[in-house]
Amino acid sequence: MRRILIACLGAMMAGPVAAQTLRIGIADDADMLDPTLGRTFVGRIVFASLCDKLLDIDEKLAIVPQLATGYEWTDPVTLVMKLRPNVVFQDGEKFDAAAVKFSLDRHLSMQGSTRRGEIATLDHVDVVDPLTVKLVLKSASSPFLSQLTDRAGMIVSPKAAQALGGDFGNHPVCAGPFKFTERVAQDRIVLDKFADYWNAGAIKLQRVVFRPIPDNTVRLANLQGGALDMAERFQPSDVEVIGKDSKLKMVMVGGLGYQGLTFNIANGSQKRTPMMQDARVRQAFALSIDRAALVQVVYNGVHTPVAQAVPPSSPFYDPAVPPAGRDVARAQALLKEAGVKTPVTVELMLPNAPDQRQTGEVIQSMAAEAGFDVKLRTTEFVTALKASTSGEYETFSIGWSGRTDADGNLYNFVHTGMALNDSHYSSKEADDLLDQARAVTDIGARRQLYGKLAQVLNRDLPIMYLYSPKNIFAMTAKVNGYVPVPDWIIRPQGMTVAP
Amino acid sequence: MKGSLGARFAQVIPTLLLVTILVFGLQQLMPGDPAMLLAGEERDPAVLAQIRTQLWLDRPLALQYLHWLGNVLHGDLGQSLRIGLPVSQLVLTKLPVTLQLGVMAFIFAVCIGVPTGVMSAVGRNGVWDHLANLVGLAGLSTPNFWLGIMLILLVSVKLGWLPPSGYVSLAEDWRQSLATTVMPAFVLGNAIAAILMRHTRSAMLTALDQDYVRTARAKGLRERVVVLRHALRNALVPVVTLGALELGTLLSGAVLTEQVFTIPGFGKLIVDAVFNRDYPVVQGVVLVTATVYVLLNLLADVLYVLINPRMRAA
Repeated sequence: MRRILIACLGAMMAGPVAAQTLRIGIADDADMLDPTLGRTFVGRIVFASLCDKLLDIDEKLAIVPQLATGYEWTDPVTLVMKLRPNVVFQDGEKFDAAAVKFSLDRHLSMQGSTRRGEIATLDHVDVVDPLTVKLVLKSASSPFLSQLTDRAGMIVSPKAAQALGGDFGNHPVCAGPFKFTERVAQDRIVLDKFADYWNAGAIKLQRVVFRPIPDNTVRLANLQGGALDMAERFQPSDVEVIGKDSKLKMVMVGGLGYQGLTFNIANGSQKRTPMMQDARVRQAFALSIDRAALVQVVYNGVHTPVAQAVPPSSPFYDPAVPPAGRDVARAQALLKEAGVKTPVTVELMLPNAPDQRQTGEVIQSMAAEAGFDVKLRTTEFVTALKASTSGEYETFSIGWSGRTDADGNLYNFVHTGMALNDSHYSSKEADDLLDQARAVTDIGARRQLYGKLAQVLNRDLPIMYLYSPKNIFAMTAKVNGYVPVPDWIIRPQGMTVAP
Repeated sequence: MKGSLGARFAQVIPTLLLVTILVFGLQQLMPGDPAMLLAGEERDPAVLAQIRTQLWLDRPLALQYLHWLGNVLHGDLGQSLRIGLPVSQLVLTKLPVTLQLGVMAFIFAVCIGVPTGVMSAVGRNGVWDHLANLVGLAGLSTPNFWLGIMLILLVSVKLGWLPPSGYVSLAEDWRQSLATTVMPAFVLGNAIAAILMRHTRSAMLTALDQDYVRTARAKGLRERVVVLRHALRNALVPVVTLGALELGTLLSGAVLTEQVFTIPGFGKLIVDAVFNRDYPVVQGVVLVTATVYVLLNLLADVLYVLINPRMRAA
């Protein structure tokens, strides 16, 4: 009986596993696989194997060529790009300047395009010759280039896009290293090696399979059980288990984003609280919080405390603005100076997640010593987003996944009147610095401007930056060649899976 | 008879209409603005406005309902906002997965529950009875998701016997299909097995005390024949009714089990759609489920009338 059982199990387990297949566990299912419509982070992980971009970033966040071989600003609003020759799309069509113009125009004009806002500054595209395009902007914008390192820079096959219309996302055709094979919603996305890829020598894998598994415990069990070769977004609480497993490797990758507390300064019509009215009260609150202790207690010290919108790995990070230490005496003095009655009651809205609740409790206990009575309001995420947009909150704990260019982490959030400025913060000084940083191309000069801005923001505190999160990747010992890049995207170039 | 059946058929239309109102009302009960989630992190005002127009969120509620109902009546359940596939296609591809899981779970439940119940009743107050009661109680009290994770850790991670998640259809590769569904089916069938065990035991205890069993024994029949042919056949009647009722529990239990084992079935479809505020999918799936229930109820009523002459007269 036992023999029969073992034989049955053996037969059931002996499913075919293709040679050099990389199975990646992702934390959510991707949305539409159309670079113009895509909205999710996991979608970007899939696109890295499917669709090449005009430009890419390397592990040091430097912009490097991909489908474009080079670029030049001929004047502050004109970007001339040279394109890579002998590149074909996965349907055999030729990649050229007309295809680039088609994709960029599609981003700007297609209904439901989520790229339109990213490249809104693009006025028009001219085809100079088959391998040269000229991008003309409405106004000078140094962050524009970095947009071309992500979905806005992905070029789709014009023939396929025209033929498929709105259905393109179900049968995407690009110029990336793997071509689309199948998708079973909520189960798997399968891509197979594209033989005519322009950089075929860098591709050792035959197949990439993406498997959405939302629960991190189940994701880890799948990795340990051999159903996955690699997975992303493990929790700091998983670090110990992964570290002890000799069959697994772990890589913690610093990111581009931040987690912070947004203070409502002028959003909504409700009564102004001391926190909303007086920057000194917000400063006192900030001084009462020890970022390093918070990260240690809630996240086992994995994440990096910051006091600016960009992480230390960013070329725009100003080392002269480190996270301030905790100073309860100074916080109490500031509250006295502001003339407010203590304890100052503060309502902190938090998304309903275990780590967020723990963060709230740590903040509650730290701020109490300085004279704050923090009330926690745990709210379902979408409801919290609505409340933050309409101003029905006092303080909101929320993060941002981050963009390569500092502008992507700041402009929309703290410039007067922007869509994500839920604080309704408005400062001419901050607006000027943000606008100047857009008009300058030199990275050193921009870093200085963002450094000055960080000081202004730490004084006015529309947002208190707490820490920059890391993404915890784990893979089996058979996986080699993974290069961690701060955008957390898994690039298949150079990766191998040992048999 | 014709009159009563006709009345029953006539009730279906208003019932389904009420279902559509309830399904649509669900959208209003879900907190937050779906457009905000669907617009992505940037929440670009132009994209937000476009999504609201696409979803008819910028129109009065009654108009939204009528527009949706019109589409449904034309057989169009809409398109998933997240992945762009037609809802009807999603429903048709996910339903067989959950059905396979449900059937396997039911087989597990019957194969475990009925024999244990019989053994327990036959050896009343003995070791087997106490052991079966203990196991039954444990089966009833263990949450599906916990048992699922524990089994994954033991069977897949420690022993490496079965894949920890995923799904392969029977048509594609029957061995892999069984390998991926055997553990979730066991987890799903576990609680029902416990219920069936308890009911079989009590029905068997009653049957074993009956006169016809005593007569059978007096005739000198072997104990095995007495238990299986005489007692069990009679005891199974209420158990079969209960088993049929528990089929509904299987569908709701599949929601959690499919999440834990990452099986792309009906349960996972609806849970993911709710979290992603994918309204057309939520509405479509709930509507299809409710319609199936209403039609099955109608079928049951028709069968009652056909089987039971007294109801025919009524």
